[in-house]
Amino acid sequence: MAIAGMNVHSAAGRHAAKLTQWVLPIGILALWEMLSVAGVIPPHVLPAPSAVIAAGWRLTLSGELPWNMWVSFRRAMEGLAIGGGIGFALGLANGLSRRADEISDSTLQMVRNIPHLALIPLVILWFGIDEIAKIFLVALGVFFPIYVNTQHGIRNVDPQLVEMGRAYGMSGRTLFWRVLLPGALPSIFVGMRYALGIMWLTLIVAETIAASAGIGYMAMQAREFLLVDVVVLSILIYALLGKFADSATRWLERRCLAWHPAFRTAPEA
Amino acid sequence: MTSQVIRRSDRYVEVEPESGYRPSGAGGLSVTIERLRKSFGQNQVLRGIDLQIGAGEFVAVVGRSGCGKSTLLRLLVGLDRPSEGEIRLGDGIEQEARTGAVRIMFQEPRLLPWGSVLANVEVGLGPRRASAEARDRALGALRAVGLEERRDHWPAVLSGGQKQRVALARAVVSHPRLLAFDEPLGALDALTRISMQRLIERVWLEQGFTAIMVTHDVAEAVTLADRVLLIEDGKIGLDQRLNLPRPRDRGPPEIAAMEGRILRELFRNAEAREDR
Repeated sequence: MAIAGMNVHSAAGRHAAKLTQWVLPIGILALWEMLSVAGVIPPHVLPAPSAVIAAGWRLTLSGELPWNMWVSFRRAMEGLAIGGGIGFALGLANGLSRRADEISDSTLQMVRNIPHLALIPLVILWFGIDEIAKIFLVALGVFFPIYVNTQHGIRNVDPQLVEMGRAYGMSGRTLFWRVLLPGALPSIFVGMRYALGIMWLTLIVAETIAASAGIGYMAMQAREFLLVDVVVLSILIYALLGKFADSATRWLERRCLAWHPAFRTAPEA
Repeated sequence: MTSQVIRRSDRYVEVEPESGYRPSGAGGLSVTIERLRKSFGQNQVLRGIDLQIGAGEFVAVVGRSGCGKSTLLRLLVGLDRPSEGEIRLGDGIEQEARTGAVRIMFQEPRLLPWGSVLANVEVGLGPRRASAEARDRALGALRAVGLEERRDHWPAVLSGGQKQRVALARAVVSHPRLLAFDEPLGALDALTRISMQRLIERVWLEQGFTAIMVTHDVAEAVTLADRVLLIEDGKIGLDQRLNLPRPRDRGPPEIAAMEGRILRELFRNAEAREDR
């Protein structure tokens, strides 16, 4: 038993654990393919995985898929940069300064209670179905989780550490970079993960309702022509993009929070 | 109150021949406290403290919880401001010069979890952290507390006693002239405590800073200090010198006798207060 437990921490054990997580999805795909080939699942309801892959290959060759993926990815990143940037800045300001908090926090908390997708009709009236409309919605969606968690993170930095920093001659910038920001980082990452989820959700909705390019647009076009394989492909692409963003954040988190017991890797020695 | 204060010169005359195991005191800062009062709102915590501490002296401050001993320490290191009265360090050193010269060790290690052990010690160097010899000095301080080989580890993997040793290294790396201890050993187990006491005594003997240690453990006070102050109702209730040779073990009867005497004093006054 003890040996099996230790194996998890060895390199071979980690490798095995990584493989294990793929067993279930591959099994499901295999089952799906078999049922499609056998004719149990009609192709106009759910095309076989091989048909979806073939559609993906066809659209990649035509350049349609890379272009639409790029458009969606860029929208997501622009919205994240704008909304996340503003949320982070306001979260820092309101976490660090009581005064700033008094001025803006209650207003922001009020706005937070409006579901941002409810603004879609208004946003279309304002911006049409232009790029700005999608970026605006994404920015609004990611703003709040990042704002709330940054503010919360700064506020909840251990006051004893702050006092220690001051007693050891830190002030202003030094205190911020050495104590406050690293202390708030775990909470900021939580906000980041939430924001990514909201980011893709917003984009999917916005692109299916009003767009002239992007994965959502591709899916809606395919529906018009009853290309079920392309619709399924679009859904899978969204899943992959979401997974990619989540993995990137996890990677960043492990690097930045290596000190945190929750992210600590096994000691080298 | 002033009658209890024994001049520095007297102390060295009467103590030195007896022990012959003394710090130079040259690096220490003397402390002069006059009519010191501190209130938080309506609550008067310190009600007039007059105290003279010699350079390089090891003073232990004991008292029941809430007696104001930690408040006194925080005022000394500049974490709080007095409501009334004055604290003078040395020959009146400037506020800016205080940060490196005056250090405090807290009850909790208060290490930055996101810094390596070595980086945490470097915090003690303050703005000089960036200088070329900073790393060497920090390593030297780590060696002095016996944790040099843990320099690249995160604080989270250290035991409680090891964390406090890192905190001690951080406190002494700048060669402070006054080091305040706010019950730094309160959370440690008995054996770790004893080895930490020896370590603190050794560093104090080597560096010669003035040490002021708040503790609720009278045995600890008697083991380490030249002088034990008992604080009661925000005033100094007892100012006891201990002219006992170092290093002190817990065995000798004169140590036990001294401990008993201070404890009796502590309880006598406490009971008298409760009778009121």
